[in-house]
Amino acid sequence: MSKMPERLMSDPELSAPVTDGQALPVPDSARKIAWARRRRSMSGYWKTFRKSRQGMVGLVILGFFVLLALTAPYIVNLPEIYPATATGPILHPPSLQYPLGTDTFGRSVLGMVVFGSRISLLIGFTATVGAMLIGSSMGIAAGYYGGRIDTILSAITNWFLVLPWIVLAIVIATVNPFHLPQLGNLILVIAITSWAGTARLVRAQTLSVKERTYVERSRALGSGNWHLVTRHILPNVMPVIYANTVLMVAIAILSEAALSFLGLGPQNTVSWGVILEESYSAGSLTAGYWWWFLPPGIAIVLVALSVTLCGYALDEILNPRLRER
Amino acid sequence: MGARRYFFKKTAYALLTLLFVLTFNFVMFRVLPSDPVAQLTRSQKLSRDDVAELRHNLGLDQPLPTQYVTYLKQTAALNLGRSILSGRDVWGEIKARLPATIALLSLGTLFATLLGIWVGIKGGWKRGSTFDTSSLFTSQVFWSMSEAWLGMVLIVVFGSILGWFPTGQWQTPGDATAIQRLADWANHLFLPVLTLTLGYFGEYAIIMRSSLIEVKNDDFVLTARAKGIPDREVRKRHAVPNAFLPTFTLIFLSFGFVLGGAILIEVVFSWPGIGQLEYDAINNLDYPLIQGIFLLSSAAVIFFNLVADVLYSYMDPRIRES
Amino acid sequence: MSNVLELRDLRVTYHTQGGGVPAVRGVDLTVGTGEVVGLAGESGCGKSTIAAAILRLLPAGTKTEGEILLNGEDVLKMSAAKLRAVRWAGASIIFQGAMHSLNPVRRVGEQIAEAIIVHGQANEREAKVRVGALLEQVGLPSRRIDDYPHELSGGQKQRVMIAMALACNPSLVIADEPTTALDVMVQAQVLKLLKELQRDLGLSMVFITHDLSVLVEVSDRLAIMYAGKIIEDGPAELVFHSATHPYTKALAAAFPEIGDMRFRGKPSGLGGDPPDPQNVPPGCPFHPRCAEVVEGVCDRIEPALWVSGANSHAACVHASGAPALEGMPR
Repeated sequence: MSKMPERLMSDPELSAPVTDGQALPVPDSARKIAWARRRRSMSGYWKTFRKSRQGMVGLVILGFFVLLALTAPYIVNLPEIYPATATGPILHPPSLQYPLGTDTFGRSVLGMVVFGSRISLLIGFTATVGAMLIGSSMGIAAGYYGGRIDTILSAITNWFLVLPWIVLAIVIATVNPFHLPQLGNLILVIAITSWAGTARLVRAQTLSVKERTYVERSRALGSGNWHLVTRHILPNVMPVIYANTVLMVAIAILSEAALSFLGLGPQNTVSWGVILEESYSAGSLTAGYWWWFLPPGIAIVLVALSVTLCGYALDEILNPRLRER
Repeated sequence: MGARRYFFKKTAYALLTLLFVLTFNFVMFRVLPSDPVAQLTRSQKLSRDDVAELRHNLGLDQPLPTQYVTYLKQTAALNLGRSILSGRDVWGEIKARLPATIALLSLGTLFATLLGIWVGIKGGWKRGSTFDTSSLFTSQVFWSMSEAWLGMVLIVVFGSILGWFPTGQWQTPGDATAIQRLADWANHLFLPVLTLTLGYFGEYAIIMRSSLIEVKNDDFVLTARAKGIPDREVRKRHAVPNAFLPTFTLIFLSFGFVLGGAILIEVVFSWPGIGQLEYDAINNLDYPLIQGIFLLSSAAVIFFNLVADVLYSYMDPRIRES
Repeated sequence: MSNVLELRDLRVTYHTQGGGVPAVRGVDLTVGTGEVVGLAGESGCGKSTIAAAILRLLPAGTKTEGEILLNGEDVLKMSAAKLRAVRWAGASIIFQGAMHSLNPVRRVGEQIAEAIIVHGQANEREAKVRVGALLEQVGLPSRRIDDYPHELSGGQKQRVMIAMALACNPSLVIADEPTTALDVMVQAQVLKLLKELQRDLGLSMVFITHDLSVLVEVSDRLAIMYAGKIIEDGPAELVFHSATHPYTKALAAAFPEIGDMRFRGKPSGLGGDPPDPQNVPPGCPFHPRCAEVVEGVCDRIEPALWVSGANSHAACVHASGAPALEGMPR
């Protein structure tokens, strides 16, 4: 008799003792096994990720800003960042009381940058989730159904991929076709202009997963579309888009900055892009108010860079083609 | 035969994309707004008769399909309406701004591409070398910058502090000889082009690098090395030509993104191009101008993608000779 | 007979994040002029590593020890320039051409000519003439010179690879799985071509494949590898038909010759997986999968290549020349 290969023997799921008289496995245990497997692969990814110095640096910086955004209301003296209540000196360079100086309203630039992290990160994360949802549904639908549906959906995806995103964003932002609140419309704009890349990736991966034997088998056993997609396609497609999703956060935050700079940013609140725009409009360049526009830009670079570093570290783990042979 | 069919297919696809953009534009500006006339003539005091006349002139009293056909015909004749702000023809306004934008975009893209590809090849071929790790990090840092902010920093450093370059406009007023004018123009171009170059070379470098790393592992590169071909020649004759193909496609795909960056940079540098026009349009909600710029920049991007497809087919024998 | 290639105690260790992976663990091998030596074994046994090591084509960071004497000169001690000169002119490799061994964006003629020109054997015009002749020699019309790889079938690409390997008249040709990934009919044609070329040109060859039945047809001698070592060698027919090592027997049985009565009704395979190179079992590395394992001996003593017949050796306690070992049943 041939021996069972080592790696199978060591698999706890397979070598678990089978007790006599046990009933057929209940569906629950299948899910448990799947979760155990996922947990194990996750911890494997984490082990590799931890070895990447760049990835860890990125994670630490990102964690810092997320923490900052969550605790901002408690660490910022709120009256200091609203024009009506700010009491600081006007356009004062950095001092002990105002470490990053003040703006034309006497607001604390440090306070604004810290509080601005909330809106910038909120827009970054929600727009990314939105883009991921649109992108994965389009990609899965195109890849799974194929045929004419694929042709149409792929054409739409390619349109959104090549169109000049900023002029498209300006059109949607100024027209506001769904009459959303301004912040909601801004998030929608960014999501709509950035989902196409995800859709392409997901479609390609769906096509390859669809051909695998277990999907065929499941179909032969009479599984419905919904079951096939949620149980077989999705779990195998998602790892491909993790890195892409992480990178998209950077793009969303940069998009916020760009649109805010053009005067389409969130109103009555403060984000990094809004600070940049106000500083530029107030003539900071010619007057030399460097403390006003440098910090928000540095914050943007740090967050976008940290996300990028995490994304590349993930990509090296999940995309073996990039590894050295 | 194959090449011609490929060309026709791609052209048909480009035209279809253009039709989609036109339709999107029509829906956004004519169908969705509850009162297109009010939107298109915002901030102008009009009598009821004027509005009725305008509705008639714009064809808004016609059924939607008729409106759509009229709209397509008008757009084809480059009749894009009148700017609310200046009252002038939208196409005329855009045409006047084209040279400035084309100069900035073409030079910026050219330098960003050259720098990015050079960095990507040099780093990717010697993966993990000091040059590679530092250039990859630099690429990522510049990629992570807001173009507007980068422009502001460069203005302050090179314009205000060092005083080397002018920080706005694209020429100094006054009389000058042709050579002086050219020098003056180059002087004004330097900082905006530098901003665009720095803002986008990182993306190209990263793409070229990973493309080369993938190709480097391909069997034919091993074959070339086995043949005793020197390392530099293996890179130049075997690895790079193959790694460049996907990079080339992505460079053209990213054209829409660079255009976005150019708009921001024009605003920062008060560069008298389309971006500046768009900025004014946004701040005055000049809808005819906004939709005109959307249409024309989309058309430009679609055109460049078609050009890219055709050029690609010349570079890749798998398409050219099949 | 002078030797074209001599490997002396060759050891190759790959460098990975998880530490060194010993792929070749002390191999001695000689190839005489005009001789064809077949190298066989499962994937991962180190046979392709040897092919790459001979021309120093292994990834940077790989540790290669021992001696690789090509026409008497140690490849491992050569300068970069000398090495480039030896590559292809001293020894060439026929890679698996069916897949991606040819550059997709350059004409096949150019790719063959490149080797000739780089080694200074001809100028561009002469090289072109020679490429045409080479293509004819491998059974392709010379007009194929201007084709791109995607215009050729798998078998045609493999013929181009063979023409390329012959381009600089090397003293040794290494064929690394030259027929894998081709369909059976094409495999037979390519094999026939290789046999004819070898006979006509008197080529010295190392022929690598996992398919013993192919090897026995083309080789003078066979060397069987397992877990980075040669575990049996000898005249081809002898090794194939009356192997000593149980692993060789299993390998031979996995590719039965059609019409051979011994295999009738006994399709056989080998259970289990080859050992993890970082964790080779103690004693004989094959003992966990061996059908003739001697408990208490094979898991303790690592056999050397003992004499097992005329001109043949086997690293197995069952070899006739094995010394008396404690615990062996008489």
